[in-house]
Amino acid sequence: MTGLATASLVAASISFGSTSAALAGTTLDAVKARGELICGVHTSLYGFGYPDEKGAWRGIDIDMCRAVAAAVLGDDKKVKYVPLSAQARLTALQSGEIDMLSRNTTWTLTRDTANGLNFTGVNYYDGQGFMVAKKLGVSSAKELSGATVCVQTGTTTELNLADFFRANKMELKPVTIEKYEEVTGAFLAGRCDAITSDASQLAAIRANDTPNPADYVILPELISKEPLGPSVRQGDDQWFDVVKWSLFAMVEAEERGLTSANVDAALKSPDPNVQRILGVTGDLGKGMGLDNKWAYNIIKMVGNYGESYERNLGMGSKLQLSRGLNALWTNGGLMYAPPMR
Amino acid sequence: MMAVSDQRATTVTSVPWWNDRRIRAVLYQVVVLAGVALLVAFLVSNTLDNLSSRNIATGFGFLSREAGFAVSESVIPYNPADSYFHVLIVGLLNTLKVSVLGIILASLIGTVVGVARLSRNWLVARFAAAYVEGLRNVPVLLQLFFWYSLITEALPSPRQALNPLPGVFLSGRGLRFPEPVWGPTHAAMGVALLAGIAVAWGVARWARRRRERTGQLFPTGRVAAGLIVGLPLLAWLFGGAPLAMDVPELRGFNFSGGLSVTPEFTALLVGLVLYTGTFIAEIVRGGILAVAHGQTEAGLALGLSRGQVLRLIVLPQAIRVIIPPLTSQYLNLTKNSSLAVAIGFPDLVSTANTAINQTGQAVEGIAVIMAVYLTVSLSISTFMNWYNRRIALKGAR
Repeated sequence: MTGLATASLVAASISFGSTSAALAGTTLDAVKARGELICGVHTSLYGFGYPDEKGAWRGIDIDMCRAVAAAVLGDDKKVKYVPLSAQARLTALQSGEIDMLSRNTTWTLTRDTANGLNFTGVNYYDGQGFMVAKKLGVSSAKELSGATVCVQTGTTTELNLADFFRANKMELKPVTIEKYEEVTGAFLAGRCDAITSDASQLAAIRANDTPNPADYVILPELISKEPLGPSVRQGDDQWFDVVKWSLFAMVEAEERGLTSANVDAALKSPDPNVQRILGVTGDLGKGMGLDNKWAYNIIKMVGNYGESYERNLGMGSKLQLSRGLNALWTNGGLMYAPPMR
Repeated sequence: MMAVSDQRATTVTSVPWWNDRRIRAVLYQVVVLAGVALLVAFLVSNTLDNLSSRNIATGFGFLSREAGFAVSESVIPYNPADSYFHVLIVGLLNTLKVSVLGIILASLIGTVVGVARLSRNWLVARFAAAYVEGLRNVPVLLQLFFWYSLITEALPSPRQALNPLPGVFLSGRGLRFPEPVWGPTHAAMGVALLAGIAVAWGVARWARRRRERTGQLFPTGRVAAGLIVGLPLLAWLFGGAPLAMDVPELRGFNFSGGLSVTPEFTALLVGLVLYTGTFIAEIVRGGILAVAHGQTEAGLALGLSRGQVLRLIVLPQAIRVIIPPLTSQYLNLTKNSSLAVAIGFPDLVSTANTAINQTGQAVEGIAVIMAVYLTVSLSISTFMNWYNRRIALKGAR
């Protein structure tokens, strides 16, 4: 489906859709009644959201969908994944086609305000970079004046790219294509000198799409901050809380050393914090309209943030991305959950 | 007898108003119109409600904001500091550029192939048939992907660019060719060209009048060609015959200087022209077949050559059959150009899509796209209808 068709559908569904969809509290009830979470994800981005050889969805963004399903429905498999292009994703959420968006989407002021979205947190701190073929002999993004750069439409990337070339008084020749696969294809075919995207995405392209990863080099400059995270529609505070705290629960679990392997044993832990998080004592879940076992279900079925990171992006994956900014705050990173009490 | 007719008369006059055909016809239309108006009012108010309840900004104010994204090719100057309105105009001009060129080229190919399919030369006819049947039945989007990947994958990188003619370079980045260094002489040549066309038109008019009056033929074609080519050539010679050319040079990543045609534009143009050309060929073939064979026989009996029969007798009659379906094909080509977004040509839909995505204003963006395509399509069909009326058989009803 082309972006235009999607955008038209969205425009139409905003017109026809019932007003009640945006009323407070209804998304959670709708998900419970449906018995299934509808989660907007990437069409295929290795490490973040992609269908594997068996057709099962995998990635750190997919784990976010699973965590919310585990918290709300007690089953991480009750998710319907809707693959969305960069163009279609925001309007798909606005129009109510999906319950939440978990698709490496950058948190920006405009999206948070005028676009009617609420970002529930950051599950990956990224920055925009450039990748070139090694044989081009380029070692810095500052040397790219006059270069043709492949970029995907409908991304903050496209704006940062124009800003970077303007700020450095360099000449830019963009090739702007809608589909991620087509952009990558155009770059690999040599239509462009460089491709620009979030650094993690470049790593994914290099590891997964290039014939020989060693022939390509990611330039050292990061030209932007790209905090990626899940988002929901504005106007539904309860649902906003559910998605936000599902992410925090994964981060908190890592900090407390709770993993999918030891969480059952931890139920008997004498630590009052752990008892509260796992719902042995207290009423943390009730306040959000969830079962008190919500966090236990997330940790048991999906694992903590660190587990998710390692299997999708870290040493357990082809990408081998170090934690960097995405380490816990206790290890010098930015991952920090407010107190769960 | 009187009683019966009286009875009839009373039956007619006593029809209640809700059974009167004329009143009912008006009533139905009023009801339908009111229904449509209500539906539109519902949609508009519901849309505004939904947008405001989701805190999505509305209105066309975003058009004056800075666009902030770059566009790869543009007919008019553009840079990312310009407004969204400006970038939409850039997209519109790109759409018009590819549509106008596409319509001209598809008409040429369609006419040639349509005639060729009826050729008595077996090979020519089969070749034309294979082209038509082969390309007509493959979705145009796939054809665009095919041409795009053919151009980008099969052609070498700029540093190994093919150099078929001096100064002309063909690579995966597109075609580069020398551009004359513009000067006052070139402006004079432009004026001479316009003058040549005007004089040639006058000559053609005069020659037709004379032929209709006296039956004498005049070599209009050769004289017109001489005028149109000759006058600018004279202007060029008198201007000192400037020959300076801006030749493309490999500098840094790519060629600079000269004029270029990008792979995106080429793939889109080739795809649209070859696809629409097949339909136009079939329309032309149908138009020619619609002219009674007796016309051809009569023409041949008068001693005209086959070419003359085609040009002077068959095609002028066929064109009356051809024009209405041809209009649809022109509209199709224009609308299909919106598939450009798939291969990265910045047409109206591509730039508007980006604007929608950066501002989140889908309803307004789609409204702009629809309004523009509606205007362009109605303009094309108005022009074609005018032309159709002009060439119609006068007085034949």
